[in-house]
Amino acid sequence: MFDSLSGKLQNAFRNLRGLGKISESNVADALRDVRMALLEADVNFKVARDFIERVRIKSIGAEVIQSVQPGQQIVKIIADELTDLLGSQNAGLDFSGSPTCILMVGLHGSGKTTSSGKLARLIQKQGRQPLLVAADVYRPAAMDQLETLGKQLEIPVFVKRGETDVQKIAREALDFAKANNRNTIIFDTAGRLQIDEPLVQELVRLRDLVKPQEILLVLDAATGQEAVNVATHFDQALNITGSILTKLDGDARGGAALSMKAVTGKPIKFAGTGEKLDEFEPFHPERMASRILGMGDVVSLVEKAAEAVDMEDVKRMEEKMRKGEFTLEDFLDQLRQMKKLGPLENVMKMLPGGAEALKSVDMNKQEREFKHMEAMICGMTPKERKTPQILNAKRRIRVAKGSGVTVTEINTMLNKFGQMQQMMKKMGKFQKMMGRMGGGMPGMFGR
Amino acid sequence: MGLFTKFKAGLAKTHSKLAHEIKRIVSRSPKLTGESLEELEHALIAADLGMAVTQQIVAAVKLAYESQGTTGHDVFAIARAEVERNLSSNKPDLLKAPSGPTVVSIVGVNGTGKTTTSAKLAHYLQSQKKTVLLAACDTFRAAAIEQLKLWGARLKVEVIASEYGSDAASVAHDAVTAAQARKADYLFIDTAGRLHTKHNLMQELQKLHRVIGKQLPGAPHEVLLVLDGSTGMNALNQAREFHKAVPLTGLIVTKLDGTSKGGMVVAIQKELGLPIKFIGLGEQPDDLQPFDAKQFAQALFEA
Repeated sequence: MFDSLSGKLQNAFRNLRGLGKISESNVADALRDVRMALLEADVNFKVARDFIERVRIKSIGAEVIQSVQPGQQIVKIIADELTDLLGSQNAGLDFSGSPTCILMVGLHGSGKTTSSGKLARLIQKQGRQPLLVAADVYRPAAMDQLETLGKQLEIPVFVKRGETDVQKIAREALDFAKANNRNTIIFDTAGRLQIDEPLVQELVRLRDLVKPQEILLVLDAATGQEAVNVATHFDQALNITGSILTKLDGDARGGAALSMKAVTGKPIKFAGTGEKLDEFEPFHPERMASRILGMGDVVSLVEKAAEAVDMEDVKRMEEKMRKGEFTLEDFLDQLRQMKKLGPLENVMKMLPGGAEALKSVDMNKQEREFKHMEAMICGMTPKERKTPQILNAKRRIRVAKGSGVTVTEINTMLNKFGQMQQMMKKMGKFQKMMGRMGGGMPGMFGR
Repeated sequence: MGLFTKFKAGLAKTHSKLAHEIKRIVSRSPKLTGESLEELEHALIAADLGMAVTQQIVAAVKLAYESQGTTGHDVFAIARAEVERNLSSNKPDLLKAPSGPTVVSIVGVNGTGKTTTSAKLAHYLQSQKKTVLLAACDTFRAAAIEQLKLWGARLKVEVIASEYGSDAASVAHDAVTAAQARKADYLFIDTAGRLHTKHNLMQELQKLHRVIGKQLPGAPHEVLLVLDGSTGMNALNQAREFHKAVPLTGLIVTKLDGTSKGGMVVAIQKELGLPIKFIGLGEQPDDLQPFDAKQFAQALFEA
């Protein structure tokens, strides 16, 4: 369903782009598909409706109709409007307090404890002295969890086991911070339902006691229509200062982010992007916008590639390619690096329209082919890898036997490799030429 | 509290909101116009029923109106019938292995409530006079083992555990051996939370299942996916991907007590045909109830 809708949206955009003339009716048709995609991305239906209405009014404005490519213009309006909505003027943290107090609040299992640890790590890197406070007195072993995180991060954790009074914990934590020169205190509170009045009141009392500079709502990116209720309730009760969106490394489209931003107007400050403690980053509205619209996430892909690939290697490889010295050994390296990015299927999905393209290609087959190639190269001697010309019939039979393929497959692979080498030589020359002309290749990932 | 009342109390928010919305729509415009259909659609979407089910219900309402005229038609009945139809194949009981311990693997993404649910399930079977073992196979998350151990101490259930960072499959192996030796009726394996998009983690889960399958043929007898009730459309992706990696035998939907949602289960069952075995309605050990399609549909739409 996800793919088909994402496809629907791609279609809507394609149609829009092709439109030479804009009328209210053809805009309405296209926007209906956009609305469907938003709903499918878990954007609250009221938020989606308002959003579509705003885009509609802008789309039929004079400015668009008079532009050369009105369709293109509307696509831009949608993306811009979404980015604007998600973006924030004030995404940083307020450190004006002494000490600065940060309250982490949210539903059960949204990731408060993990985010507390990640946030502490981040601000410690910025030169502050954080203290983590275990203020979850309900969930079994919640305090142990924070303590373990603190140990891993080498950040002090204030724990008072057996104490059930959050206020008492907070007061003692404030004293502890003063005595130990910690200037930022992060309170990890218990998960609670937004409608659980007694527990929400407990938070209100905690807020009144510690007077935090920041109250951050931790929200699971996969939250559904409920996000609006959660955000509204917590904001009304506590007047939150912002939010943290977690589990963004999954494939949830994250419409909850838009819902939450639209109803509270409070900025999304950080995003949790993995299980490890350094997988935490400032929130990027423009990436979130393309994610919600299912337009692929090229930026994330590039980042992922950067993570898996050693930049030194890349430079060395590029040099080799340019000089036409690209050997089977290098080819093997590349195959292996590609593997580090995860299954091809997932990589493809991050490209715009990738989910669509996947339908017609069997990625597993591709992947098997890569595996075979790897085996074939591994079956060659280092000398053969450097100079494949010496691979005569006898050697080819040996390699085929060793890697469990037929000689025909070896021949095909070597032919492909030969073609690749030729191409690279040409590219190298071309680039040199361009370089001399002062042009250079335009950025591959520019959008 | 009786089962039905508890069920209803938990779903009261969902149903009162939905019922109110539908009533308002119906009473204000008895004639079904495009506009009121859209409003019905909104009400259903708001309950996270998903686009497919929403459209199905809207279409059914439309059809009923066209074929039977507008007078005195009950929108609730149509909607309820649709939900029930989607959930009709549901069999909530836990399987029992013909001999030896029944191994139940609890899987899901992070933070859905796997550990709490494992403990609740242990308590549920304990109350039926069964002997139960718990296996702490989340060796990754900080304090996950302590969390299950505390539950074990509270419920007086033995917890098989190892070190953090140890191989989850080896813990599972030990737990199965222990369950066989102690002649336990049920073994619940609390696995680490993993996002369904993480290929390597899904492979790790496959390995865990392979290992216990070797130790005890037929195990795991049940693989239950725990879903957070407040999750939106992504729940469908989660179910789909987990089902692809380790064939699931059922679902457990948690945190249905405070949210106004519950609709996702309908969409998931419709697409994957997986039975919903239990629903979680709170933080106490007995806040886990066997799922009942009829009651669920009724509680969801009853005025």
